[in-house]
Amino acid sequence: MTDITSQTEAALLAIAAADSLDMLEAQRLETLGKKGWVSLALKTLGGMTPEERTAAAPAIQSARASVAGALEAKKAALEAAELEAQLAREAIDLTLPAQAAHKGSVHPVSQVMDELAEIFADLGFAVATGPEIEDDWHNFTALNMDETHPARAMHDTFYFPDKTGDGKDVLLRTHTSPVQIRSMLAQGAPLRLIAPGRVYRSDSDATHTPMFHQVEGLVIDRDIHLGHLKWTLETFFKAFFEREDIVLRLRPSYFPFTEPSVEVDVGYSTEGGRRIVGGHGDAPGHAWMEIGGSGMVNVRVLEFAGVDPAEYQGFAFGLGIDRIAMLKYGMNDLRAFFDGDGRWLAHYGFSPFDQPTLSAGVGARA
Amino acid sequence: MKFSLTWLKDHLETTATVNEICDALNAIGLEVEGVEDPSDKLAGFRVAHVLTAARHPDADKLQVLTVDTGEGDPLQVVCGAPNARAGMKGVLGLPGATVPANGMVLKKSAIRGVESNGMMCSVRELELGEDHDGIIELPADAPVGKSFADYHGSSPVIEVAVTPNRPDCMGVYGIARDLAAKGLGTVKPIAMPAFSANGACPVEIRTDDPQGCPAFYGRVVKGVTNGASPDWLQQRLKSAGQRPISLLVDLTNYLMLAFGRPAHTYDLAKLQGAVVARRAKEGEQVLALNEKTYTLDTEMVVIADDAGVHDIAGIMGGAHSGVTEATTDVLLEIAYFDPARIGATGRKLGLSSDARTRFERGVDPVFLDQGLDLLTGLIVELAGGTPGDVVRAGSPPSEAKVIGFDPTLTARLGGVDVAEGEQRRILESLGFSIDEGWQVTCPLRRHDIEGPADIVEEVVRIHGLSNVASVALPRVEGVARPTATPQQKLERSLRRSAAAIGLNEAITWSFLPVWAAEHYASDQPLWELANPISEDLKAMRPALLPGLLMAAKRNADRGAASSRLFEIGRRYFRAADGLSDEKPTLGIVLAGEKTQRGWQAGKAKAFDAFDAKALALQLLEAAGAPVTNLMVMGDAGAQFHLGQSATLRLGPKTVLARFGMVHPASLKAFDVDGPVAAIELFLDAIPLKKNAAFARPGFAPPALQAVIRDFAFLVPESLAAGDLVRAVQGADKVNIASVRVFDVFAGQGVPEGYKSIAVEVTLQPGEASFKDADLKAIAEKVVAAAAKQGGALR
Repeated sequence: MTDITSQTEAALLAIAAADSLDMLEAQRLETLGKKGWVSLALKTLGGMTPEERTAAAPAIQSARASVAGALEAKKAALEAAELEAQLAREAIDLTLPAQAAHKGSVHPVSQVMDELAEIFADLGFAVATGPEIEDDWHNFTALNMDETHPARAMHDTFYFPDKTGDGKDVLLRTHTSPVQIRSMLAQGAPLRLIAPGRVYRSDSDATHTPMFHQVEGLVIDRDIHLGHLKWTLETFFKAFFEREDIVLRLRPSYFPFTEPSVEVDVGYSTEGGRRIVGGHGDAPGHAWMEIGGSGMVNVRVLEFAGVDPAEYQGFAFGLGIDRIAMLKYGMNDLRAFFDGDGRWLAHYGFSPFDQPTLSAGVGARA
Repeated sequence: MKFSLTWLKDHLETTATVNEICDALNAIGLEVEGVEDPSDKLAGFRVAHVLTAARHPDADKLQVLTVDTGEGDPLQVVCGAPNARAGMKGVLGLPGATVPANGMVLKKSAIRGVESNGMMCSVRELELGEDHDGIIELPADAPVGKSFADYHGSSPVIEVAVTPNRPDCMGVYGIARDLAAKGLGTVKPIAMPAFSANGACPVEIRTDDPQGCPAFYGRVVKGVTNGASPDWLQQRLKSAGQRPISLLVDLTNYLMLAFGRPAHTYDLAKLQGAVVARRAKEGEQVLALNEKTYTLDTEMVVIADDAGVHDIAGIMGGAHSGVTEATTDVLLEIAYFDPARIGATGRKLGLSSDARTRFERGVDPVFLDQGLDLLTGLIVELAGGTPGDVVRAGSPPSEAKVIGFDPTLTARLGGVDVAEGEQRRILESLGFSIDEGWQVTCPLRRHDIEGPADIVEEVVRIHGLSNVASVALPRVEGVARPTATPQQKLERSLRRSAAAIGLNEAITWSFLPVWAAEHYASDQPLWELANPISEDLKAMRPALLPGLLMAAKRNADRGAASSRLFEIGRRYFRAADGLSDEKPTLGIVLAGEKTQRGWQAGKAKAFDAFDAKALALQLLEAAGAPVTNLMVMGDAGAQFHLGQSATLRLGPKTVLARFGMVHPASLKAFDVDGPVAAIELFLDAIPLKKNAAFARPGFAPPALQAVIRDFAFLVPESLAAGDLVRAVQGADKVNIASVRVFDVFAGQGVPEGYKSIAVEVTLQPGEASFKDADLKAIAEKVVAAAAKQGGALR
């Protein structure tokens, strides 16, 4: 008995001392191997009488169990240590740069157009489009600017040498207003729409480009008046700039296609060289800035567009998209909008996931 | 229009301040573009008395003055003006004042060792004129110490933008009338200088074109003395930004600027025979006052005599018969011209003038006799002479417009309640007359009033637009309904997909240089502008790629390693009827490095045609196009690399996209370093999802696992991999779920003229697992299908 006990103790010490899987294997062979002393001891049980076996077996079984357990535990420990050592050898320098993904961007004009669509959709306005290469009937005549109208000359129009089949001049639309005419002719009244898009004037300097973007708004219904126009623009600007202190000033003006005609100013202050929309323009540190033209649709325009002025009336407005984009997002150079400079696009462009929503606020904050 | 406050007060009795006047002008639709107060610039300059003048000890041309400034001890001032002398009065700039002409801030200084405490100023230094021969000499009674601005009578100058519908406000008097209606004061009666006219007019005056010139009034004044205008007149003209010329010229300008009434003064000695308003003869020429010669046609009205044309009617006088310093006898002309014809003539000649601006918008048909009398009276008063009787040829329009008006329309259209009495007051103060039944008679000068809406505008603008309250638009019940069209949704999702892929959205000009447009043109003629702003912005783009290539070039020139630009916009074509056919398009240009050189990737890599293909397919899928059904075909266009470009088609004729590498010649034309990959998606060709349901088709993932089998085929080199894939795909439509090429190999072990294509075929069992026999049968079908394409199993 003492023999087995001392043998077991010696074996357990040897197993604990093994510092490699090979040494452990040697210990296994020495104990549990075919010729290991534990295996041989177990075999002796076969030649014993039942009484002898009952007396000897527990000690032998116990020796086998403790040796096997020790071997297994040690093996796991050695393997884990081996793995750790291997992982340590596989260490890499993670301060090295990873492959960068390219970040795309949405142009500010597109972003603002989406914002416009979202805000006006809530007010029941659909988005309408029309051709950019227009005829002078849609661009001028139907908007109450006949050929001799002085306002025509003020439009700095780009003309094509072409004529339409019925002899009309062909030009690049100078405003988005012809979409009013096309929409009324196509859909009749009542109507609520905005028409954003490219427009063209032969004008080019620091603040004007020969191509720019406008949005037209049009509401035709019964009982629409100037108060609705004012509310609509106020409501739009509050939603667009996400501030409640928007103050508009309406000034009488003149557009051939509206009567009465109204110029819209918005109050702003200047902070750090930037115009911040909000507040009353007459308040200290504030001023007014022209932001769009508007008015009640001229009766003649309704007639040209096939809408019965005895039954329907409405308002129209026009805003510069590039301009309100600059006011909201802080760009100061219109020419850069159309240059395609990757650095500018990356800086002023928007994430594709800045999709304007009413719940998140239509604007994308810096 | 610019005018001084003093001038306005000639016509408006008011106690309002400049700010109040400006606020009122803005409120009634006469937008104030600026207010300039010349006295601001003259701060620190005052009337001074030169007490002594002595030679400067160290400079021959300088004098040392002692100057009384009206307070304290006299100041010592060094002065270089030859006319500086003891006893004179002049204008002294004190230290701290800024010289208007050059922005120099005056300070106490030493000039050649002598202390100087200010500067005696010339006319030019104070920007009051050109004279710089000496310092200003003021009359002996000028009060010493008075601010020179006050002494000089400088008055704030207000600049307003008069809208084209309001020619009646293109004179100071009309502005005064509008302000009076707003309650800013009362209009003063026009001061008419008395004169007595006698003697028949020695010149025959006629209008032979009653349509173009319905009225031509004239009067001769003999024995006038032309010369410089008096100060009051010069000051007014200068405040309007006009240079005084001579009394006779200045007075007609004054009539125009004060009353919006152009007139013309001829030197009678230069005229021969009858003076007639008539149509020009074809090709007739006139040398105008701007010293340019204009060739006229029969649509234009002129004033002519027996010798020829003297005036392009209503636009500009002729040089020959203009008045000079030597003029003694004049013929005054006041006429009424057809506004449309004046506008057409001016446009055709490319000739603008203050007179044209007023005539083409419409002058007051009533103000002919009065205008002529006023001009005559002023000439007689200031230039002397004896006036003759007026001759009147024709008559101006005299039929006033009468509009039936319902005063409740003001609230219905204008959105503001204005009491009937107040509406009446406003309209009457603007010169309208109204009977008991609200028949409104419009003043003839108000050419802009056409109907009831115009009358609402008059009432509302004077009453005040600030009184219009916001009223909410009626709202549909519940949550707002979607409004975007399928086309709009398509563009939105493409835009954000492209940006999510890593592309930057650009917006480039719709117009291109002609060569760039031609490079990408189809067989249609381009849309080319007749009046481009420059040759670089002339032809409407037939493709989006040129604009993007030019942007990529600019980026490369600025040192950018790559450009990944896209744009969604229109290409401009011609429809069958010759009108515009604008096709929505997505263009992409991938230039420069696809991947930078790197510690992992090694050298920088360029974009290739498969980058373009991947993007094209990814975006077409985002657009909802059935990408699995697309055919890859050729004919991407001559701008693409012949062997490395393709079109993606839905059926053989519907091209949804073209993509590939840009042709080296194209790169050279646009001066861009290659290789460059490019893509255009033709959005109008992509089938739109209309009225699709929300529910997807039913689907349950197959219960049994798919089986993958690999096949390698030896095929002729010319066989397109796509053809082999399609053939294999079609070999067993029930069991083959997908076929994917995973290896293409040519070279060692592959015979000349052949290549090896390896495909992975995914088989999807249905109800029961495949048995060996099933798999064997499918494999045989696959091999047979490949064989039809010339492929042999390796």
